Amino acid sequence: MVVKETYDVIVVGAGHAGCEAALASSRLGLNTIMFTVSMSSIAFMPCNPHIGGSSKGHLVREIDALGGEMGKNIDKTYLQSRMLNKSKGPAVHSLRAQADKERYSEEMRRTLQHTDNLTLRQGEVKELIIDGDESNYSIKGVILTSNAEYYADAVILCTGTYLNARCVYGDVSENTGPNGLKAANFLTDSLLKYGIKMNRFKTGTPARIDGRTVDFSKMEEQPGDEMVVPFSFDNIGKDISREQISCWLTYTNEETHKIIRDNIDRSPLYNGDIESTGPRYCPSIESKVMTFADKERHHVFIEPEGEFTTEMYVGDMSSSLPEDVQFQMYRTVPGLENVKITRNAYAIEYDCIAGTELKASLEFKRIKNLFSAGQFNGSSGYEEAAAQGIIAGINAARKIKGLEPVVLKRSEAYIGVLIDDLVTKETNEPYRMMTSRAEYRLFLRQDNADIRLSKIGHEVGLIDDDRYNALLDKEAKIEAEVNRLKNVMVGANKNMQDFLASKNSSPLKTACSLADLMKRPELDYDSIAPIDPDREKLSDVVKEQVYINIKYEGYIERQSKQIKHFLKMENKKIPVDIDYDDVESLRIEAREKLKAIRPETLGMASRIQGVSPADCAVLEVYIRR
Amino acid sequence: MIKENDTIAAICSGLTNSGISIIRVSGEDALKVVVKIAFAKREDFDLINTKTYTAHLCKIVDPKDGTLIDEGLVLYMKGPKSYTGEDVVELQLHGGVFVANKVLNLLLKYGCRLAEPGEYTKRAFLNGKIDMAMAEAVMNVIQADNDRALNISIRQLDGELSDKIRNLRERIIHENAYLEYALDDPEHVSLDGFKDKLLLIVDDVLVEIKCLIDSYNEGRIVNEGVRTVIVGKPNAGKSSLLNVLLKEERAIVTDVAGTTRDTLEEKAVIGGVPLNIVDTAGIRDTDDVVESIGVDKAKNEIDKADLIIYVVDGSVKLSEEDREIAEFIKNKNVIVILNKCDLDLQVTFDDIKMLFDKDISIIESSMKDNEGIDEFIKVLKDMFFKGEIDTNHDIIIANERQKDALIRSFDSLTNVKDSINADVSEDFYTIDLLEAYEALGDVIGESYSDDLLDKVFSDFCVGK
Repeated sequence: MVVKETYDVIVVGAGHAGCEAALASSRLGLNTIMFTVSMSSIAFMPCNPHIGGSSKGHLVREIDALGGEMGKNIDKTYLQSRMLNKSKGPAVHSLRAQADKERYSEEMRRTLQHTDNLTLRQGEVKELIIDGDESNYSIKGVILTSNAEYYADAVILCTGTYLNARCVYGDVSENTGPNGLKAANFLTDSLLKYGIKMNRFKTGTPARIDGRTVDFSKMEEQPGDEMVVPFSFDNIGKDISREQISCWLTYTNEETHKIIRDNIDRSPLYNGDIESTGPRYCPSIESKVMTFADKERHHVFIEPEGEFTTEMYVGDMSSSLPEDVQFQMYRTVPGLENVKITRNAYAIEYDCIAGTELKASLEFKRIKNLFSAGQFNGSSGYEEAAAQGIIAGINAARKIKGLEPVVLKRSEAYIGVLIDDLVTKETNEPYRMMTSRAEYRLFLRQDNADIRLSKIGHEVGLIDDDRYNALLDKEAKIEAEVNRLKNVMVGANKNMQDFLASKNSSPLKTACSLADLMKRPELDYDSIAPIDPDREKLSDVVKEQVYINIKYEGYIERQSKQIKHFLKMENKKIPVDIDYDDVESLRIEAREKLKAIRPETLGMASRIQGVSPADCAVLEVYIRR
Repeated sequence: MIKENDTIAAICSGLTNSGISIIRVSGEDALKVVVKIAFAKREDFDLINTKTYTAHLCKIVDPKDGTLIDEGLVLYMKGPKSYTGEDVVELQLHGGVFVANKVLNLLLKYGCRLAEPGEYTKRAFLNGKIDMAMAEAVMNVIQADNDRALNISIRQLDGELSDKIRNLRERIIHENAYLEYALDDPEHVSLDGFKDKLLLIVDDVLVEIKCLIDSYNEGRIVNEGVRTVIVGKPNAGKSSLLNVLLKEERAIVTDVAGTTRDTLEEKAVIGGVPLNIVDTAGIRDTDDVVESIGVDKAKNEIDKADLIIYVVDGSVKLSEEDREIAEFIKNKNVIVILNKCDLDLQVTFDDIKMLFDKDISIIESSMKDNEGIDEFIKVLKDMFFKGEIDTNHDIIIANERQKDALIRSFDSLTNVKDSINADVSEDFYTIDLLEAYEALGDVIGESYSDDLLDKVFSDFCVGK
């Protein structure tokens, strides 16, 4: 007799996507079971030991604003925190924290284990149980390799890089997932059976080294920020501040590059062993050396893997070169002359689906109630995975409850940009979030993620009333203060001119508002305090919003206009049952793309590669009819 | 609503008698319809088997009773290698509007629909055969009523404007891409020195866009004519001048109802300069521009005008009214006609110069005796052909939509410049850089916005 059990939602995989998906669905009241290939690899970080970074930090803040867990978990377990791009405008400030990998994983497991409606189970899913015919597939459950059958109304696949995974360095090739974990070798076939288009992607990780064998005196220290900004809007910086551990910066040199060049034909990336596509933005050290031959050196960041381990991560030096070459290569780097490798660098190949198989809700187009998130969808990165995870979890729950899915727009969230890109653009490399992908990033700041998204989080049911009311209060305070500053006029009296002179600011010719003064490059909210005696004491987060709203008003207005224009196209829905063969003036390429991807709006259609402005015009004419 | 992809037909050689008439049929059934009325002279050949880009001499026959209507060449161009991108058949007939109409009617009877204005070009655009700038050039070629206009349009059709705009877009996006790259990877990529470099490029692109915007006026004048308003006191001789000019011109092109104006315009080519004389209702009837059409409207017409002809009655002294008129027009291109020089002149050149407080073209004339007209033509030519409007001039833009898009891109780049000068952080530049990029895309239809299409294709003429 096989085990047969029934749940509301099944989550396959317990990585960063799976954790958020399972938490969202169980917190929304659905009886959820999450399968993992290993109970000790929950929320595992198989590559770099940090959370956040340029634009990824935004994703984490947004996950938090929606009621997700990643921000809270890294706040509990960070070793060092930095706000990147601080010299630039607020839109590109990006939070990054080094994580204690083991503690990160432990804390997440603890949270999962203490969540109601959530069951954790070790086991590999080998097959999907699907009902219906080709035009009307619908998921019913999964079968484990033990032959146990689990039934549910919705299934969320978050299998990461484990599908038919293969790890490679030199001529060593092992059919395992990351870090030697068991690969999932059956699910691909199950998906292909239902006509799902699959891709094979590649990524890689550098070696881990023994910190005791590193000479830090030859490197530049990279300390954390003194004032820590938490990822979670629930936390306050001083409450989570702790002694931080530094990272270290060093560089490759000509000797390193020579070793790589001399051994390049032993790299599976170059000798044809690996044919799958890797990410351009995260190249292996051999790709960097071969592609940018004129560059004399490349950065190398040495980052701690945890507080209670001597292992360190060699950032920016991922590789698939053979073990012996790795030893030689790393030892040419200043500070690593006597380094001992604890784990080899390797490249990993894995199966994932074409993102265009999904709707913007992350439900499969071809299989009803089957959702997926994370690297399985062709993305890369912990944060990208978690961001999709929470959306898939929310939407699976909403589907079961008969509610409309939550689809964030490109003008609302980086998460919106991420998912829209995944489901409309056919990416042929692992997709990474970047600030440049967000057209409206002045609105999509990390500092206002709560204002943008917590209302949605509240409506969905993941943000409680207390947090929601606190947000409304914050918004009211911001608005009141902005209005006050715009209305308080200051005159060109002697006090004023003296004050301005002391700030190297030109004297006033006529009276103006405090807001006008704040717009001067050399002045800001805090520096005009002496001439604004009536101001109330406000929290730092309120002051920050007031400052940004006034200082960058002109830019914000211009961006609002762009967003308005964008929404016009975005709100034009394409009928679900449109027959593209009936739209006769479409170019053949565009027709094929539209038929394959079936965009939900005209805006989405316009972003599909191979669909030209003229095609959009044709489509719009057709729809209007 | 018209179906987008049915088969359309129209006479595209114009509606006057000419040596040859061309009917163009475009759409899926183009050949199928044509073979119903056209039969190859070579008796063993069935026209339905014609290969693309071949011509056959055919008889055009009314299938109902077998009457021979005409003989002509039938050219088949299979889509997508055709003007519209669809299957196209062209019939070259022996001429005569009557015959062409008869053949067209047959085609309409056997499965074609009469093409809407501009529909061939619209289809060409929709099928990706031409870009927006080219589509507009087609429109201009059709409407060109002087050589110069035709020349400019043909060059635009050739893609010169598109190439130019693409080049500017490329330069903007290149800098933006670097900026984004640096922002994404602050630990590896530095923005040191970027501001200065960007400022140089922005300045450079601004100059080029400005040049295109400036060319609009020239382009408009070339296409539409010099917008001319005649002003002057009652009885100064405005209507006489108008009549003399209209007699003088070599070909009255047409009375065109203005597209945005509610007044009629007289179009005349004087000394090679196409004039568009705004016939404000007042000129002929009450002889008093300012009073009859109201001060606001007169001001409005004067604002839009490229040229003001100010007719002064030389037989009476200048009055307060003249001072008022001079005040309205003193910032414009003005030619003063000092009329009635056959009578005793009460007004001197200096009087007029004082009125304008500057040097100004004055022509002594007598409309009654046709005197001074040659000099007027000379002054007019000098004013508008100062070596500027010659065929070797750089690219010229010729419609308002393009100009608006260029102005938007100019404004956005000016914002970028302001941001750089105000030392705002680099990430803000991208908002305006992208806006400029998009606006330039609008010029050539490379970025899609929904209202563009309607705007462009609404005033095509039939037959293209």
